[in-house]
Amino acid sequence: MSQKSSVALEDNVFGVVAEYKSPGALLEAVKAVRQAGFTAIDTYTPFPIHGMDKAMGLRPTILPYMVLCGGLTGVGCAILLQWWMNGFDYPFIIGGKPIISYQAYVPIGFELMVLLSALTTVFGLFALCRLPQPYHPLFTHERFARFSDDGFFLAIEAKDPNFSEARAREALAAAGGTEIAVVRDIVET
Amino acid sequence: MSAERSAVAAVLEPEPLLNNNPSLAAITNVVCRPVELPVQKTPIGWILSFVVALGLLGLYGATLTFLVTTGIGVWGNNNPVYWAWDITNFVWWIGIGHAGTLISAILFLFRQKWRTAINRFAEAMTVFAVLCALQFPLFHTGRPWLAAYWLLPLPNQMSMWPNFRSPLMWDVFAVSTYGLVSVLFWYVGLIPDLATLRDRATNRTRAILYGIFAMGWRGSNRHWQHYERAYLILAGISTPLVLSVHSVVSFDFATSVLPGWHATIFPPYFVAGAVFSGFGLVMTLMVLARELYGLKDLVTMRVLENMNKIMLVTGTMVGYAYGMEFFMAWYGGNPYERFTFINRAMGPYAWAYWTMISCNVISPQLFWFRSIRRSVPLMFIISIFVNIGMWFERFVIIATSLHRDFTPAAWGYFRPTWIDVSMYLGTFGLFFTLFLLFLRFVPMIAISEIKGVSPAADPHAHDTSHGKEAH
Repeated sequence: MSQKSSVALEDNVFGVVAEYKSPGALLEAVKAVRQAGFTAIDTYTPFPIHGMDKAMGLRPTILPYMVLCGGLTGVGCAILLQWWMNGFDYPFIIGGKPIISYQAYVPIGFELMVLLSALTTVFGLFALCRLPQPYHPLFTHERFARFSDDGFFLAIEAKDPNFSEARAREALAAAGGTEIAVVRDIVET
Repeated sequence: MSAERSAVAAVLEPEPLLNNNPSLAAITNVVCRPVELPVQKTPIGWILSFVVALGLLGLYGATLTFLVTTGIGVWGNNNPVYWAWDITNFVWWIGIGHAGTLISAILFLFRQKWRTAINRFAEAMTVFAVLCALQFPLFHTGRPWLAAYWLLPLPNQMSMWPNFRSPLMWDVFAVSTYGLVSVLFWYVGLIPDLATLRDRATNRTRAILYGIFAMGWRGSNRHWQHYERAYLILAGISTPLVLSVHSVVSFDFATSVLPGWHATIFPPYFVAGAVFSGFGLVMTLMVLARELYGLKDLVTMRVLENMNKIMLVTGTMVGYAYGMEFFMAWYGGNPYERFTFINRAMGPYAWAYWTMISCNVISPQLFWFRSIRRSVPLMFIISIFVNIGMWFERFVIIATSLHRDFTPAAWGYFRPTWIDVSMYLGTFGLFFTLFLLFLRFVPMIAISEIKGVSPAADPHAHDTSHGKEAH
């Protein structure tokens, strides 16, 4: 039994994590680690760091395109809703205005565009970040809680094709990292 | 660089955003402290305020019970003043909300970094103010449990649909969208800070509760990338939203044919007034919270002074609109318009009109003086005047235009009943109960955002080889 669980732990290395003392040091470390050939890397910081997306080589987020779709859906639905209700299903004349007074559809068209854009933005953000995610292997790392205070972490993940514990430790240390630790996924045995 | 030149540069250098250059850990500590106090160490000022707020909330509950069981005839509204305190309070509260969105969205787009000290606070105020505003349209229906059926296009057995040509219908969509988007914007901004509270939690209950709302946030840069873009998009869509909401509120008046309401100046005039009144209430509350919770290093005098400048600008715009209304009444040559405006300044409601002018036009002009802009007691007093003045603005617009109907036989005068008064006070109970709970359980300053503008966050700060010249 104990042998089985230790084997499982060996197999479930999430990655190697190191700490850096400032945003600037972390930015340099990311550049160095990528230079060393690692790609499955991520940083964990209390606030977004200017220039980090470029340093990590991230592709631009697709969120704006999702929001565009949401917004167009909103304005389209609003126009159809108002046309169908007032102009088709239950037409009535009020104030001598035409049955289909499309000018009056503008405010609600705008509001529903904003509403659906906002909902797409927020739920799109959650989807792209895979949130809510109550468990993550890094949460087992005791020092990791400092990421939300003043800790600047860099992790090389085990899914990187170049990954080996020794190589990752070496690269993180060479880039000035301290408190280097291996993080393992919890495995039910 | 010569000594003389550096002395000049020092004068021209803007004041720092944060005083005493606090470390990142110090920022976390000072913002989290009020939220993490053990129950027995809750400040006495908070407890006393909470008792008063709960008392007013109780009064509100009793008033609503009486109102709903008796009918809205217990309000002072009469013929011809069909709209009175209900709509005055609605517009006042909704206007107050606008400062929050202005600070969180418009100032964000303009890269005004000082906003980080006050945006969380103002956004919370927005959410609660919109909730208070919604009370009035909800309860004016008399049967609030049927309000959704009357206000929203829901299928019904009569196969009838609401009239989308009516600005009142636009208002339903504008205000409910505004409320929802404000909540979303506020929550997205809160996620990283809730993670901070989760990670600092000293007991399991706190860790679980804050953990649920933080949703497993781990500050990953792959998340920050989407997060920053989401924040920018929310700011981008909230900016036209906030301008549209008070414009639509003003359409409720402007599309009618009543003298004093039927004016094209109304949308921009209402938006300026909304921002003005919102900054007034942010200032009133912020000055108190800053003193009570020792936030002077984060909410610096520079922030307060900038807010006073915005009040000066928007107050002047409001004053200009008042003048322009009179000019148009005279220049337009319509005798009914002329009568309405002369009556507004000299008729039975002249007391309300001149209260409004003194509070909204005269008092913010004091902010031309730097010493007044930087005096905490004076800015507190002026902000109270602004709150009062902006309430009177809405009352003056509504009551003066209605109480002199087209036929003199229908003229009247509005006096509030005690139900009007206790309902208005009651919404303060609702607002302050929620606001005090916010101060106790949620970080009142956006921790991750204010860290992002602190000197320690600059990725080039550690690199002394090129120093300041690089920027």
